Amino acid sequence: MSEYIIEMLNITKEFPGILANDNITLRLKKGEIHALLGENGAGKSTLMSILFGLYQADSGEIRKNGVPVQIRNPNDANALGIGMVHQHFKLVEIFTVLENIILGVEPNKLGFLKMKEAREKVMELSEKYGLRVNPDAVIEKISVGMQQRVEILKMLFRENEILIFDEPTAVLTPQEIDELMEIMRGFNKEGKSILFITHKLNEIMAVADRCTVLWKGKCVGTVEVKNTSKEELSRMMVGRDVSFEVEKKDMEPGDVVLSVRNLTVPSKFHKKNAVRNVSFDVRAGEIVCIAGIDGNGQTELVSAITGLERPSGGTITLCGKDITRANIRTRSKTGMSHIPEDRHKHGLVLDYTLEQNMVLQRYWEPEFQNKGFIKKRNVRNYAEMLIEKYDVRSGQGPLTIARSMSGGNQQKAIIAREIDKKHELLVAVQPTRGLDIGAIEYIHKQLVASRDAGKAVLLVSLELDEVMAVSDRILVIYEGEIVGELDPKKTTVQELGLYMSGAKRDIA
Amino acid sequence: MQLDIKKITKSNGFSAFTSALLAIGLGLVCGFLVMLGASPENSLYGFQTLLFGGMTRLGDVVYYATPIIMTGLAVGFAFKMGLFNIGASGQYTMGMFFAMYVGFMFKPPESIHWLLCMLAGLVGGILWGFIPGFFKALLNVNEVITSIMFNYIGMYLVDMLITKNSTMYISIKARTAYLPASAQMPSLGIRNSGANISFIIALLIAVILFIVLEMTIFGYELKATGYNKHASIYAGMNGKRNIILTMMIAGGLAGLGGAFYILSPSTIPGASMTYEPINVIASNGFTGIAVALLGSSNPLGIIFSGLFISYIQRSGSLVELYGYKPEIIDIVIAVIIYFSAFARLMGMAIPRLFKGKKSRHSESHDDASEPDNPPEGPGEEIPASDNPAVEASGKGA
Repeated sequence: MSEYIIEMLNITKEFPGILANDNITLRLKKGEIHALLGENGAGKSTLMSILFGLYQADSGEIRKNGVPVQIRNPNDANALGIGMVHQHFKLVEIFTVLENIILGVEPNKLGFLKMKEAREKVMELSEKYGLRVNPDAVIEKISVGMQQRVEILKMLFRENEILIFDEPTAVLTPQEIDELMEIMRGFNKEGKSILFITHKLNEIMAVADRCTVLWKGKCVGTVEVKNTSKEELSRMMVGRDVSFEVEKKDMEPGDVVLSVRNLTVPSKFHKKNAVRNVSFDVRAGEIVCIAGIDGNGQTELVSAITGLERPSGGTITLCGKDITRANIRTRSKTGMSHIPEDRHKHGLVLDYTLEQNMVLQRYWEPEFQNKGFIKKRNVRNYAEMLIEKYDVRSGQGPLTIARSMSGGNQQKAIIAREIDKKHELLVAVQPTRGLDIGAIEYIHKQLVASRDAGKAVLLVSLELDEVMAVSDRILVIYEGEIVGELDPKKTTVQELGLYMSGAKRDIA
Repeated sequence: MQLDIKKITKSNGFSAFTSALLAIGLGLVCGFLVMLGASPENSLYGFQTLLFGGMTRLGDVVYYATPIIMTGLAVGFAFKMGLFNIGASGQYTMGMFFAMYVGFMFKPPESIHWLLCMLAGLVGGILWGFIPGFFKALLNVNEVITSIMFNYIGMYLVDMLITKNSTMYISIKARTAYLPASAQMPSLGIRNSGANISFIIALLIAVILFIVLEMTIFGYELKATGYNKHASIYAGMNGKRNIILTMMIAGGLAGLGGAFYILSPSTIPGASMTYEPINVIASNGFTGIAVALLGSSNPLGIIFSGLFISYIQRSGSLVELYGYKPEIIDIVIAVIIYFSAFARLMGMAIPRLFKGKKSRHSESHDDASEPDNPPEGPGEEIPASDNPAVEASGKGA
């Protein structure tokens, strides 16, 4: 009997033009929590997709308990006891928790469901591992944390012994993350083996036994977590030293740039208002951060400020000008720059070249057009200048199709465009979402530089580390209301978490 | 040298071109198979005619290509903005009627008569494009539905107006009268064909459209909206105005197509093209969809696809000599359209073929040419998009 329950030996997978996995070897011991660490695009998801049967490796071998196996599809993986919690949950929204858990392996007799038996088994598992769920709740009505527990129960119901978690903490509050860590340790005691994809070093240090680091499709190495440090892991992951502290000099906030009063925005999903009677100011030279769990009205609040949605009440004033009902172009001219939440949906025209995207907010200015004709030379020069200045990397420079660029460089392009544009207020919504440590460090520096240049910055973030590190002032949003205003220097992540989950509030 | 091949095969234009050729090839093969099935002994000669028959009637090819190039441009231009202008038929019919009306009812100086008729056609088409555009922009009514309805409204309206007008309509012959010579477009002088100056105008318009799309901020906005509507809103583009403008331009193009069709001189002296108000929707409008698809909505591509479809239609009318029905050509065209719809997939397979060969020959070369190519792209993206429906529902939660 082998020491390892799963071995992925010399796995190579090539996509057109890209070697996603280059001769990677990963060995998972029975009963360990094994972290898989790497930047975006390092090949973590590809490797796990191969293990879960979503892709076939070009070469290499997978062994279970020392015996070579073939995993052609997720059903094969399931039969081998491999289960996966995907980053985006794969649940049927209108089904109940119980129905989702048994989906695909419904206990039945001659085609008739045996729901009672299923329910008993689910409740038993739920109790055993402390996975609190309401089996009769409909998925679309429960919290993201509970949805994740449903995904975990799905794996347990299928009696999987190898559990893959793909960035499980991205959507959770600090308290929920602690809970998840506890649950993972519980699995560990039961002898289940866990593969845990992440790029958050704190979590690895907290729960993992060993950690394999990937870098640009290659395996950098596997280390014992107790013998290593955050600094060493990050060096392995990025290939250089990374500072975790964001350097900021003290700033005196200046005049009020953005003033929001009694803003109310209707929701698209339910009858209640998504944003309720929200008021705040952002001054020149400060970074104000809206913190909160995803779906508490941040998106709607920003949409109303940037003009993507119409508020139903209240006023928005930018640089002394009422822009509550102004169109997007007017807001842009008045001095608003906007790094949007969804860079693919709003931020870029993916089928346009990089240079065409670089002038997306400015193509109509006399610098870039004359009587309706685009001044191609100016566009090219401007794009080349931004690419150089903001270090946007791409295959063919200004002529690269935006779609073919990496996520980090797409985001850099948007940031270059928005920061270089003449502006007084920079609205940045989750600017580091899905990016690796190197890119995050870079973006934080740019936000701080913008603030130091006397601009007002409104940051919306779900990452607490980011909220604590970057902001000068934190506004916590819960169910569409600002429930607290905190100073990052005087508060803790735990306290922030209490406000975010609605357990604590100052402002009525 | 190998690098060059790679660059060319990677470009969009190349992939559009190869996919069009593949679709045409498959369409022709299907045509041959149908001929083989229908009448094996004649199939070789029949197929030969199908391929080369049009050569004997190049004037006609040009003449018949003109209106479908225009309707093709009408569909393709709107498509660049993400609008499916299925109403080219109605716009075409309206354009034709407006042109005819000016041709029959007005008596301006003879030298500019045809020009006025043409402009009237333009106006008629613009009007019929404006209405669906207006509904789409201000009331968010799907342009496919309105423009289909306006195909019928336009056709019945025109048929009604024509049959009630005794100057235009000869009820005994159940067709319109011959247009006065001054209303006809100047001929290009190709023997035995109606080829006329409208073909040159159509080419000019295609080139102008190409310039508009590639070099102006209107084209920039239009394509940005077509590629990513959300990003165009984010960038503060005036989507409503652009929708209406695009539909008006598209309508005008189709309307000109109708005008070009009816204002052509006939090969018989004293005669002209005529219209039969028999309550049938103009097929040239729908052929325009085929032309636009085959030409990848590119104005210059549409010139060639329009010429090709016209050519194969002329050839098709000749296969009758071998006992085949001319409808066989509709089958060929249908198959071509069918394949062009997913031909882009096949087109994309070609560069991959080149790439596969190349990397075996000179792997180091490949690496050197793309030092910045990040490994992420497919690696991280594909697993997430594996099941878009589920993914979307996950996000919604």
